[in-house]
Amino acid sequence: MDFDRRRTATLRTKRIQQKVNGIDTNIFEHCVQLYTLPPTSTISLEEFEELAVERLKVLRAVETVGVRCSRGSQDYKTLLEKEIKNSKLKRSILKWRDNVSHFILRLAYCRSEELRRWFIQQEIDLFRFRFQQESAESRARFLEINNLGYKPIDTEEQKEVLVNLQDSEGKEALAIENVQHYKVPFTEALDLVRSRRVYVHHGFAYVPQDDLVSILLTLFRMQLSHSLAVSNLQSFASPGRRWEVITNVVSLSRRYIGQDYASKKPVGEITADMIDLLSKTSFPLCMQQLHSAFRSNHHLRHGGRMQYGLFLKGIGLSLEEAIRFWKSEFTKIMDGDKFDKQYSYSIRHYYGKEGRKADYTPYSCIKIITTNTPGVGDFHGCPFKHSDPDVLRQKLAGQGLKQEGVDQVMQFVKGGHYQVACARVFELIHGSLSGGLIDVEVSFQHPNQYFEESYKRLHKDKINSNTPQAPRAVQIVPPPSKDRQSDTVTNLKSNSQDVTAPAASTASDPHEEDDFDELDETVLLDEAE
Amino acid sequence: MTSKVDKYDPGSLSDLLPLYYKKLFPYGLYFRWLNYGGVPKTYFSNREFSFTLKDDVYIRYQSFTDQQDMEKEIQKICPYKIDVGAVFTHRPKDHKTINAAAFVAQEKELVFDIDMTDYDDVRSCCSGADICEKCWPLMSMAVKILNRALKDDFGFEHILWVYSGRRGIHCWVCDEVARKLSQAGRTAIAEYLTVVKGGENQVRKVHLDQYIHPSIKAAIEIINSNFKDYAVDKQDFLGDKQKWTKVLSLIPSQDIQKEVAEELELLPDSASRWKKVKKFIELSSKSGFTDSRQADKEIMLQYCYPRLDVNVSKGINHLLKSPFCVHPKTGRVCVPFDPDDTDRFSPAEVPTISQLLDELNKVEAVDLGGVSKHTKDYKRTSMAASIEVFEQFVKKLEKSWRGKLIEESDKKMEF
Ligand code: SF4
Ligand SMILES: [Zn+2]
Repeated sequence: MDFDRRRTATLRTKRIQQKVNGIDTNIFEHCVQLYTLPPTSTISLEEFEELAVERLKVLRAVETVGVRCSRGSQDYKTLLEKEIKNSKLKRSILKWRDNVSHFILRLAYCRSEELRRWFIQQEIDLFRFRFQQESAESRARFLEINNLGYKPIDTEEQKEVLVNLQDSEGKEALAIENVQHYKVPFTEALDLVRSRRVYVHHGFAYVPQDDLVSILLTLFRMQLSHSLAVSNLQSFASPGRRWEVITNVVSLSRRYIGQDYASKKPVGEITADMIDLLSKTSFPLCMQQLHSAFRSNHHLRHGGRMQYGLFLKGIGLSLEEAIRFWKSEFTKIMDGDKFDKQYSYSIRHYYGKEGRKADYTPYSCIKIITTNTPGVGDFHGCPFKHSDPDVLRQKLAGQGLKQEGVDQVMQFVKGGHYQVACARVFELIHGSLSGGLIDVEVSFQHPNQYFEESYKRLHKDKINSNTPQAPRAVQIVPPPSKDRQSDTVTNLKSNSQDVTAPAASTASDPHEEDDFDELDETVLLDEAE
Repeated sequence: MTSKVDKYDPGSLSDLLPLYYKKLFPYGLYFRWLNYGGVPKTYFSNREFSFTLKDDVYIRYQSFTDQQDMEKEIQKICPYKIDVGAVFTHRPKDHKTINAAAFVAQEKELVFDIDMTDYDDVRSCCSGADICEKCWPLMSMAVKILNRALKDDFGFEHILWVYSGRRGIHCWVCDEVARKLSQAGRTAIAEYLTVVKGGENQVRKVHLDQYIHPSIKAAIEIINSNFKDYAVDKQDFLGDKQKWTKVLSLIPSQDIQKEVAEELELLPDSASRWKKVKKFIELSSKSGFTDSRQADKEIMLQYCYPRLDVNVSKGINHLLKSPFCVHPKTGRVCVPFDPDDTDRFSPAEVPTISQLLDELNKVEAVDLGGVSKHTKDYKRTSMAASIEVFEQFVKKLEKSWRGKLIEESDKKMEF
């Protein structure tokens, strides 16, 4: 378990070390926490697992509600509040449970990039939700406790830059005049800077009071993703009994977010010659689009190659077949020698045969939708998110959808529910996914999930019986009952001691960790000049 | 682009490079730049360089202990291309002996790469690797827009602009804050500076609200003052029906699209047509078509706003071609240029390696006649102007850390 205290220091957390029953009390000074200090108490394995499950339920609720309603809306609030109340983690009295359960899941979710990404996203949404539920006074106190005491700019300066504030925040000057603004080094307000939601001048972001939460989120994300990266390294370094317990939680978590599709041959051997046909019958729209762009241009740019190449690996295309597939098309515009030099390295790379030798996992929908937005000349991304409405309508009609179906799908797209839209397309082509449950909006988490569901339906006879059951809808399912060794006790406190501390330099940047795949890709970008 | 001296033959590169690396590559200044005053001491020796040799053989993780070592290695290997990477925790040369998890890229300049091929959908003169004087203004607008944003918005001062040798430009932001940026920080800046967004399935790639962010406003102003010269005169961007249909498709309201299209037929040239388009948008937004009220600005941005290769900027670990390399295909040297004078910079005027060696031959012949000088060789060729730009950049950089050193020693003197 990562009890990384170095980082806590840099987070400028005020630490008043008081111990009551071996529990640090300062982390409970406020009912919202940044989880800078891990628990130091001893709990039973039973409790360990229960807490993990409870928090998973909450995080799943955060995800589901986020898909159904737009964040910050009244529906969102009501629904999420209800879900949290139903869990055993409801606020205030249970700060300790909140803390412990968070740290348990950190352990479970540090194992792969996909898991980390999912966990961070839900934790951040949960944090935002809870922070915004607090009163203004309580929020101010929180900032103070965490030493985030930015100073507001004076009225003089505010007047001077008012027009710029107005243009940056997209609000009338009148609405801004009386809002306090804080001058924050731009490196501490990256989310606001990235989306150009604030005025940036000479290295400072002018942050309106209400957006200070975004700074907190940035901080929280950084800290969390750093800790997860370190936890991951540590857990590899320290197998042992504690590890078995964690593995349980991990397998539990997998059931909750679905597999990562890194394992090969989910449906048996796929060869290069089968791809044309499969792309028509069983590929999700994003992959169909990449496939046909590749066939007609004999080329795909870096982002497309990554997204498509890893997907193909995920459906069971072997390295040899992959090279055959890519080469046969690329060599229509270049000679084989050039292909071997420029591209076969990167294909071998996807299969973990070069560079870091990391076994890259196919991209999930969330990753495709939220990262690496396509640019000019790119065909990657999620067509539901990254298409003009009329272009998308045409594509949908091209899938054989009737007008009514197209409208249904477009309705989801309009609401920003891209994965639900994708699942609806699937249903209109292949039949219902929800197995009769009418009320549930089904959504895909992964392009490879789409493929497997489709393939299974079309080839019922051929499927190996040990194919993992693809995860289904976004529903909160009750935790599976497990054989518990209730006499086993895991001592959270001792964990930090039997772990060899990782080099301080590892994962110096949390986001870098998030993007492991890119690291070795430096060489492989596009056919440089 | 045809230049006066256009006799570079790619086949001769391996014969020319030894002399170039011996006589012309500005090692001294180059080292003074990348050594950053020796703070910390290992800054230069932990820097990764990579070499591309003949036939695309690529070697990563090169590093040099000091300037002499670098000179010796480069002259020995005579790489076709040199890339500059990150500063690591250890010497990149030793990376095999170090635990992979401990060998980490720590710092690097914030870099941008702008490539003309990314503008293929909005330039009508050439495509792919080709460039000409009709499309090059896209690059000078990019320089002006980005240089302003980096300075005014982010407060950076040490910015080096370099011609990439063929069809694009590179930018190296060398301030300490920039070098220490996390991947998230780099991504945030790159996205802040990205306005044209969308893949092949999206026609409209720029979306403006009623209020326009000051950074984009400033960009629009810069584009505006270049737009007539570039889009109207050089590109003739509303020159025929096919061209204007493409432009008009960026107006959200289809009604307006149709109406304007009819009117454009009657007008003689791009200039009058552009006026008409703007007029129409203005009028229609007054009469309630609020979705289209910024359409003229959106068109200008989609046609001219810089298009960054974000992937290059994001990674600390990403390598970028070094200044003063020679582009193997064109033979042109990747020279720094002055961003405040970018309109005067023309890629066609950038000297090729063969031209430079030719010039060198001539001055040396004069030397033999008796007039020996102690001037550095490169200062006696047409590379001199770019070296001057580079030297100014390095000197300004040195001033900044000298100021810092004084500050530090002042602190020590205090008691
Ligand atoms: S939702 Fe997922 S599977 Fe469907 S098109 Fe988008 S990225 Fe692909
Ligand atoms: Zn041109």
